[in-house]
Amino acid sequence: MLNGNIAALLYLTSGVLFILALRGLSSPETARQGNRFGVIGMAIAGATTLLYQLPWGFFSFLWVLLAMGIGGSIGVWRARTIQMTAMPQLVALFHALVGLAAVFVAASALYGPQGFGLGLPNSIHSTTLFEMSLGAAIGAITFTGSVIAFLKLDGRMSGNPILLPNRHAINIGLGILLAIFIFAFIATEAHFVFWLIVLVSFALGVLLIVPIGGADMPVVISMLNSYSGWAAAAVGFTLSNLALIITGALVGSSGAILSYVMCKGMNRSFISVILGGFGGEVAAPAAGEGDVERPPVKQGSAEDAAKILLAAKRVIVVPGYGMAVAQAQHALREMADILKSKGIDVKYAIHPVAGRMPGHMNVLLAEANVPYDEVFELEDINPEFPGADVAFVIGANDVTNPAAKTDSSSPIYGMPILDVEYAKDVLFVKRGLGSGYAGVENELFFRNNTTMLFGDAKKMVDGIVKALG
Amino acid sequence: MATEIDPQLLEKIQGAAQAARHAADTAQNVADQIAVGASAASGGAIDPFMFRLAIFALAVIVGYYVVWAVTPSLHTPLMSVTNAISSVIVVGALLAAGIDESVGEGSSIARFFGFLALTLASVNIFGGFLVTERMLSMFKKKG
Repeated sequence: MLNGNIAALLYLTSGVLFILALRGLSSPETARQGNRFGVIGMAIAGATTLLYQLPWGFFSFLWVLLAMGIGGSIGVWRARTIQMTAMPQLVALFHALVGLAAVFVAASALYGPQGFGLGLPNSIHSTTLFEMSLGAAIGAITFTGSVIAFLKLDGRMSGNPILLPNRHAINIGLGILLAIFIFAFIATEAHFVFWLIVLVSFALGVLLIVPIGGADMPVVISMLNSYSGWAAAAVGFTLSNLALIITGALVGSSGAILSYVMCKGMNRSFISVILGGFGGEVAAPAAGEGDVERPPVKQGSAEDAAKILLAAKRVIVVPGYGMAVAQAQHALREMADILKSKGIDVKYAIHPVAGRMPGHMNVLLAEANVPYDEVFELEDINPEFPGADVAFVIGANDVTNPAAKTDSSSPIYGMPILDVEYAKDVLFVKRGLGSGYAGVENELFFRNNTTMLFGDAKKMVDGIVKALG
Repeated sequence: MATEIDPQLLEKIQGAAQAARHAADTAQNVADQIAVGASAASGGAIDPFMFRLAIFALAVIVGYYVVWAVTPSLHTPLMSVTNAISSVIVVGALLAAGIDESVGEGSSIARFFGFLALTLASVNIFGGFLVTERMLSMFKKKG
């Protein structure tokens, strides 16, 4: 059996290694090493616990191996086979697992406190009971919230916000109920009250995420990331485990920062995102005012686009979620390769909320072998649009809409956008003339220097590649 | 008769071991408090909870600075790796899985939840680190 102090020291070590793991992500060069620090930290934490629990009963150990074998193989299988476009769903599902694991660990500590050094059943310290109920509650909210987010991201559930009547009142009511149950639990340590806490939290998780629309998913997924961290931290407090406390704090603040970055990328307040109701999956196509006079749009073919691209010296590609849906990233890179071979400069511009989770576009481009030093963030690339000959917008819309700067009545007013309007020519690859998630029409479509390339993003880019070659 | 006494004896021994462990834990807490008390004007009546809180608060601050330093292009790997490391909750699952069955009436339930948690956390540990590695290996420089 491992000495308690040495165990604490080892847990601290793994906490520090986790900090180094995140630190590594400050640059793509050090990122993989960072990930390895994370693996080592996890191995230390696991091994420490196993040693601390010596001697293991034969069957207990067998069960541990079995559980790790089952879980591990599922994890390896998912990690190997998951498509990069489906990363947001996978991450949502992983959040759900952490949340549920937190609930189970809290339950386990309640039923068998001896095993955790928390005293005997029915005499658990009230601080511990508080931490336990907090861990279970946040974990349960994370679980059902993430499951809903997964269903929405995976298209198994409509991305439209589902707005229950009086939903704010219901949520507040459930919140109060939750607080009452937690107090009751601390006072009585009754097992059924614990499960009431879990049940109410499950309901809260569903109700919190259901009203949030598809366009706000990057915020939701970051927020749930944060929640899973706070749940882990609360369990860490319960078990007095340094590795868990440190990790929970890291993950919690990481998710919170990402939520903030995403909100800023959409110029929305965190509160308004949480309150929900914004951005249906298919914004009603200009409902009621569909007959408003529009100037005609200039429509082009793949051949027209190829001609415009070949005449350019500097091209900036603006990929959006539409590119991911059509799996057009590989064809896009092929197109860029041909252009580069003809001496044309190609760069990529990524909006902070492009895709369905933070940094999603970067991963998709990296998967298609686009070098990361050709990919730029909004602040770095915007000054370059006036000098660009072509802005090639593929599967993006709202993030290029100048109405965000000029029209104070627009729902996206104030959102930072990519200044594609300043490029000499703008090519839009789009399925149709519909408006984006925000349900706002993009005036760029009707400009003289804009050519609309209607069709499936992948087929269109394939066509351009053929026309270029 | 001997077969009936045996389990009782076993229980007693286990009880004693348990008590020893508790005593050690208590001693540890007392030692912690004395160490702090020596320098604290309050006389050392500080709950160990406060130390955990201090570590937590500092870790939040460290997290804040470290995460702001992460390049936005790696935000997806950041999320998957934070996911992987949060499955360090596995330590709780392992503690639960190792609970001695004869310790108390709730122990088998506790162990059952421990195994469930262990399975879930294992999905995350292996899946999370692997998928992060897979993504990071895609990020390449020009040429």
